Order: sequence, then C-alpha cells, then structure tokens
Amino acid sequence: MSKQYETVIGLEVHVELATNTKIFCGCSTEFGGAPNTHTCPVCTGMPGSLPVLNKQVVEYAVAVGLATNCSITQNCKFDRKNYFYPDNPQNYQISQLYLPICRDGHVEIETDGGTKSVGIHEIHMEEDAGKLIHDEWEDCSLVDYNRSGVPLIEIVSEPDMRSADEVVAYLEKLRLIIQYLGASDCKLQEGSMRADVNLSVREAGAEEFGTRTEMKNLNSFKAIRRAIEGETDRQIALLEEGREVTQETRRWDDTKEKSYPMRSKEDAQDYRYFPDPDLVPVIISDEWIEQIRDAQPELRDEKRRRYKETYGLPDYDIDIITGSKHLANIFEATIDHGAEAKEVSNWLMGETMRLVNDSEMDLTDISFAPEHLAALIGMVKKNEINRKVAKEVFEKIFKEDVDPKAYVEEHGLKSMNDEGALKETITQIVSGNPKSVEDYKAGKKKAMGFLVGQTMKATQGKADPGVVNKILKEILESL
Amino acid sequence: MGILDLTALELGRKIKAKEISAVEAVQAVLEQTKKAEPAVHAYVSYDEESALKRAEEVQKKIDDGTLTGPLAGVPVAVKDNICTKGYKTTCSSRILENFVPTYAAQAVENLIAAGVVIIGKTNMDEFAMGSTTETSAFGPTKNPWNQEHVPGGSSGGSAAAVAAGECFMALGSDTGGSIRQPSSFCGITGMKPTYGTISRYGLIAYGSSLDQIGPMAKDVSDCAALLEASASYDKKDSTSIERDEYDFTSALVDDVKGMKIGIPKDYFGEGLDPEVREAVMAAARTLEKKGAVVEEFDLGLVDYAIPAYYVIASAEASSNLSRFDGIKYGYRAKGAEGLHDMYKKTRSGGFGPEVKRRIMLGSFVLSSGYYDAYYLKALRTKALIKQEFDKAFASYDLILGPAAPTTAPKLGESLSDPIKMYLGDIYTISANLAGLPGISVPCGKDSKGLPIGLQLLGDCFQEKKLIRAAYAFEQTRTYEAPEIVKGGVQ
Repeated sequence: MSKQYETVIGLEVHVELATNTKIFCGCSTEFGGAPNTHTCPVCTGMPGSLPVLNKQVVEYAVAVGLATNCSITQNCKFDRKNYFYPDNPQNYQISQLYLPICRDGHVEIETDGGTKSVGIHEIHMEEDAGKLIHDEWEDCSLVDYNRSGVPLIEIVSEPDMRSADEVVAYLEKLRLIIQYLGASDCKLQEGSMRADVNLSVREAGAEEFGTRTEMKNLNSFKAIRRAIEGETDRQIALLEEGREVTQETRRWDDTKEKSYPMRSKEDAQDYRYFPDPDLVPVIISDEWIEQIRDAQPELRDEKRRRYKETYGLPDYDIDIITGSKHLANIFEATIDHGAEAKEVSNWLMGETMRLVNDSEMDLTDISFAPEHLAALIGMVKKNEINRKVAKEVFEKIFKEDVDPKAYVEEHGLKSMNDEGALKETITQIVSGNPKSVEDYKAGKKKAMGFLVGQTMKATQGKADPGVVNKILKEILESL
Repeated sequence: MGILDLTALELGRKIKAKEISAVEAVQAVLEQTKKAEPAVHAYVSYDEESALKRAEEVQKKIDDGTLTGPLAGVPVAVKDNICTKGYKTTCSSRILENFVPTYAAQAVENLIAAGVVIIGKTNMDEFAMGSTTETSAFGPTKNPWNQEHVPGGSSGGSAAAVAAGECFMALGSDTGGSIRQPSSFCGITGMKPTYGTISRYGLIAYGSSLDQIGPMAKDVSDCAALLEASASYDKKDSTSIERDEYDFTSALVDDVKGMKIGIPKDYFGEGLDPEVREAVMAAARTLEKKGAVVEEFDLGLVDYAIPAYYVIASAEASSNLSRFDGIKYGYRAKGAEGLHDMYKKTRSGGFGPEVKRRIMLGSFVLSSGYYDAYYLKALRTKALIKQEFDKAFASYDLILGPAAPTTAPKLGESLSDPIKMYLGDIYTISANLAGLPGISVPCGKDSKGLPIGLQLLGDCFQEKKLIRAAYAFEQTRTYEAPEIVKGGVQ
C-alpha cells in the first residue's frame, strides 16, 4: 500500500426499549412466546385498527437523549415509512423522519488514543417488525408478529469514528448509558441492540468523505470489529486498483469473515415518508423533561465516585463492577445482605467473571441471589468452610442458585475445625510417614506440603488448611 | 300508519311502550328489504337470522329493564367499511370479500350498548372512493326514488337503505362528503360531525385525517339521537376528542331567532343546477322568515379545496391501503410466483380502477422530489382553508349552501369523467379539510322528482347549532318517502 488511508465510520444503532408493552398497543414485549401470541389487531395491521403511543417509550427516548447531551424536540411527530415486506403488517413502519425526538448530542469515549467526543446526529422512535421464518420442509414462509410493534430507538451518530476501537468504545458507552437508565438490556446477541456500520475510506488528510457502504447483520462486538477491518481492507483494495467504491448496503457474514452486497443505491426504495395522520404530535413540556431528568437513576460516573468514597475500592475493581449495571446491582445487593465490600468485589471479579467467560454468557444473564453470595462470604469469614470448598459452593450458587448453608450441610462440606479430632488424624499421618518427617527435620520444607496434602485427603478437603498447618507444625516441632 | 312510516325515535318510543316489539320492527324491515333489494341493492350483506335473534335478546333486555335508551330495538344498517365483530366487512372490495373482523368499531360497540339491532352492511364505493356507489365491486346501489339514478356516494348504500325503509337509520362515513351528498340525493338527513367526535377505531381508513363516521336517518331528530349514541371519547383513537358534552338531542329546538347564517357567494356560481339553487335559496328564505339573519359573504379559497383534498386523501389512502397485500387476510391471487408477483397479482386483481387511480395518485404526490410540490403544498392549503372558515365563523353561526351542485345523476354518467365527478364534491369537501361539522337536510325536489339537499356547516364542536337550525327548518316540511316504501317498486 503506497498511500495512507483513513477510515471514516458512523453508526446507526437500534435499541429495543425495555417497556412491558409495545409502542402502539397493549401487547406484551416479552421475548419468546409461541408465534403470534403477543399480538392484537393493531400490531398485526388489521384494517380499522389504530395506533396509540406508549408514553413510556417517549420517556425512555428522552432519558437517553438527555444522557447523551441531545436537545429534545418538544413538538415531535411520527412519520410513516412505506415499503412492502411481509414482516411489516401495515406495509409501512411508523418511525420519525421530519421531527425526531432528540437531536445534536454527543458522548465522550476513551480509547488508547485518548478521549474523544462522538456526535449524535439524532435519536428517533420507531416500531420493530415481525419475524419471517422460512420452512424449508414445506417450502413456505411463515410470519411471527410477536416482535411487531416492539419499541425501538435508533441512535444515529455523526461520521466521527476512525477505527474499530473507537466504534467499540462508542457502543460500550451507549450500552452502559442505556443499561444504567434501565431503558434497555442492550444485548447484541439477542438483538436488543443492533448496529449498522456506515464506513468509507479516504486518503489521510483529505477533506471530502469517500463513498460509503452500510453493513448490516453485526451481532457481537467481535463481529463489528472484524467487519470494520474487513470492509476497510476491501475498500482500500478497490481504490488501490483504481476502482470505485459502490454506495450500497452489504451484509456481513461473520463465519466467512466477508461482506456481500445486499442492495445498491440504485435499488434504494422511495419510502414516501409522510406524517402519520393516525397519531397526534407529541408535545413534551419543560416540566415533563424535568420530571424525566429527576427520575434518572445514578449513572456510572456518579456510581464510581460513590464506590470510591463509601467502600474505598481500588479503581480497577470499580471499573469492572460499574462496567455493567447488573453487576453493580449484584454488588450493592450483596453488601446490603451484610457482606464486606472488598470481599464481594473479589468474588465478582474473580470467580464470577471466570464462570461468565467459561460459559460465554452475557453479564446481564447472571441470575444468582445476592443473599446467597453474602451468606457464602459469611461462612468463609467464620471459618465454617475453607476457600477451596467455598469456590465449589459458589459454582453451585452461580449455576443453580443454591442456598449455600443448606448445600454445605447436605453435602457435609463444613470445615473440620475441631482441633482435637484433627490432631488425632495428623498424628496418625505423621507416624505413618517417617520418611517425610525425616526430610522435614533435614530442612526440606516441601515435606511439610506433602503432609498437609495427606491430611486434606484424609479429611476429604474439609479441614481448614491454616489450622492443619498450625497443628502439623506443632507436632513436627515437638518430635 | 305502518311501522315503516315511523321515525327511529317514534319506533323506539312504541317499543318502550310495548306497542311494537323489537322483533316486529325487525321483521317489518326485513320484509321491506327482501322486497326492495332486487331494485335498490343497498346492502352488501344482511343476515335475517342473526338480526331476529338479536331482536329477541334486545326485547328481553327491554322487558327486564336493562335497556332503556331511545334507540333500543331500532333496526340499524352499518356502512361496510365499519368493522362488525364476527361479521363480514368488505369495503365493497374484492380484496376484503371474505374478511371477518375479530373486533367491532367503537361506534358499533356504542350502538350495540344502546340496544340497536344491526340488520346488515351497506354498499358503498370501493374503500369509500367515489361519489355514486358505482365503484363497488359488488354492483351499484340504485336510488330508491328512481332506479335509473345513483344514490350518491360513497355511503350510497346507507342512504338508500334509510330512504327505502330497509332500516330506520344507518351509519355512514364522510371523507369528502360521503354522508351529506348521498343523503341529499336520497332525500334523507345525514350529518358529518366534527373530526374526532365519533371514534375512528374500526373504521377502515381511506383518508385518516379526513374520515369521520356519522349518522344518516329520516330526520334531524333521529340523526341527533344516532350521533348521541355513537359518539364517545375513545382512547384507542389518538385523534378522538374528549368533548364537554354529548347531549346532542337537547338542541332539537324550533328556534333560529337571531342566528346568523352566511351564504358563500362562491357556492352559487358556475356549475350549480338552477333547480338546486332555487330550492336552497328558498330554504334560506324560510330560515330568515323564522328569525335568522341571513346574508351573503365571500368565502375564499373555494376553488382550492378539491385539488388539496384529492392530494391529501389520495396520499393517505396510498399508505392506508398498502396493508391489503394478500399476506394476512382477504383476497390472495392464485398462481403467483414469488412474493412480488403475489403482491402484484393480488392488488391488481383485488382493487378496482378508481382505487388504483387514487393509490397511484397518492404514491406519486408522496414520492421524493414531488412531496414538497404536492403534499406539503396541499397541507398548507388545508391550513389556509381552515383560516378562511375561522374568519367566516367569527361573523356567522352557520354557513348555508347546497350539498351538491346537482341532483342524483344517472347510473353510468359519472365514472366516464372522473374529474367532473371530483368537482361534484365542491360544497362538501371543505368541511373535511377544516374538520367542521355539516348536515344535509331535504329541501325539495327537482322537476324529475329527485331530492335536493340543503347543507349547513358549523364551526368545530358547534353541532348543536347545526341541529337546531336544521330542526327548525325541518318543522316547515314533512318527511317524504319514495314510492318503494309504500309498496310499488318503480
């Protein structure tokens, strides 16, 4: 490559809002459910049905707008986007084009390259479509409208990002803000957060943007990273060959690590947007905005400060725990059940993270009861179980949410801390291993480890290693 | 005097007084329907069995005192673009030929709660697009006064059913005059309320920002009663308006003293049939004699109403009707290859020519590059027309004029020249653009014996003024039914 290129990236992020009911009807938004069971005449586009706006959608959209420094459009409207597709029961999607609810915002992101502000062009509210399922066996397509009418916000950034790192940092930032607000769980894998990447390349220092492509079907941060790298390379290769980039929408295939054209600009549909006459303008008063602002939960930066002041946790711990609102909730709830902050932090950062990574799950899927972790920490503190057993029990708590007290009782995992009984066992082990005693006396400290191991084996791991060490030392020294 | 000679309120009173039973009333209407339908074709469908069964249930509830309203037991017809639960609702279109809604329109729910008996669903121009009821996929309705003439439209079936004694009252819908014009052509009274007064939930949309359900009946009193029974604030319709009161029948007072009535000069220019002009001016003089202050004035922008209306209504229709695609319900073309072919064949075969014309017109005015020039300009025109009416209503309580430039044309005369047909909406269309209430009351007949309608327009929420003036005028006349009610089919 002879020239230096710069990648220019803007994102369109769709976020499914965490309302209980759909945007324009009272149907449940719950994920799953037998096909077409969360539906009514409105979200299946039956003739004569009419949409009625869910107020909670406006409140979430405004909350996200405020948290991303947007100005709120106090007289906003819904528009119809007309296109034919079976997952869209009315053959138009109710969205916002002319007067989106939020505009002109920005968020700060941090990467290894430093801090930077990414502009937010607009945030608009819209309805999700249903799902098409192709039945290969019957050679027909079926439609499930359960998702039809689930509320979305689309956050459109300015083309301010220059690398995959910045994109991931921006998405992480949005995800945290929205999760903290409780406006969505933002799960990429489940589609409650979806990002389309608009990308172009240009020679470093050029003023004009290059021709951009839009990439869809990006289901994880890893896929987004790979897609950005792949598309950047593809576009540079085209330019290097003296060819042009075609403005088009491309579909990323993450297993093949390649993108494929979906539709070109020439095929772009005319959506014939116009204001939806079935809905009245949404008037958002100053008072309403203030109410939403006042009702905002503690955001991450405030939480960070509080953790430092109240719990004196190290910055490293605070970063990890506040990196997920769910994790922070578990942290606080466990402390509320009487556990000591640093202990809780250690369990969350160590064992919890290990198990999350092992099972490739999302942090938001952690589902054990905080009182169980608190109880476990209490048992360790009282030396009722040793740390090794505690880790085993924790895994059970993590996976099955067992009550640690009952579990330990049931499986006889209590530490053998009765020194008299231990002394007897250890004395037997010492007399049964004269070679090791000799080695110890000769200064080979490793022999001590062997004897401890034998003791643990004899007690099925239930003895407290500290106590075993102490007694063993006493016996060896007395010989 | 037979049952069919009664008004709906008179019948309601007799049912209450146990002089007539709900079943007898329904039987009388069904008998007349069977007799008149071959000539008139007012209904797309009616169901004798369920109407009689419902009449029995209603009678029981009247007897045990649970139903006490003035319309309990009264046979009513419903335009076929208003959803009836478990009963076919077709919009007179092939594409919805077998569509059975799982829900009822709020207006229908309200009427059922009031104890009416629904006889059937009335014929209309396909998707309410037309002024003659000739664009119905199931054949035209004929004017009960003369079967060579159209009943008007698009609520022609409802108007004809009332006039021909095939029901006592009917619901219609009015997007550009579709209640008032057929009422005028059929010699009955029809009213379009202020936009938002009767819920649109369950009304299959044509032009959502203009559509309004309204009452059609033999006289002003029945209209007021039916309006009272159908209107309600409905949270299911975002454009529904919570009104201070719904007591419209209290306006049935024979007194127009001091009422200021304006007559737009522009409504009496070129294109107005001289016989219609004479009848309407005579009606104005009658109101003047009763004490109203009547004067002419200049209403601006009259000529802009029709182009603005056809742009807005078609634009909304092109989007509203896109859901009829063969995927979820209704007609689906057979033998299509792939999705797009299925869409094309279904919509080509399912919609008639007038509907296609308006879908194309609407798609065009919304397409990129034309949106500002057509759709936005039409919206601005609509706002200016509303301002003109605001100015007029600062000086007048009501505006008086004809409901239509002519009496009912002959079958087949209108569709050959759609532009001419569109121009026939000139007096009614502005009320929809401005959201105003309007009423058409019979005010005479032409030399061919066809009815002429007087139209009164009021400011938003001033239905009671309309009702009072129309009622006062009506007291100077007697209701006349066509021959077909009296026996002989012409």
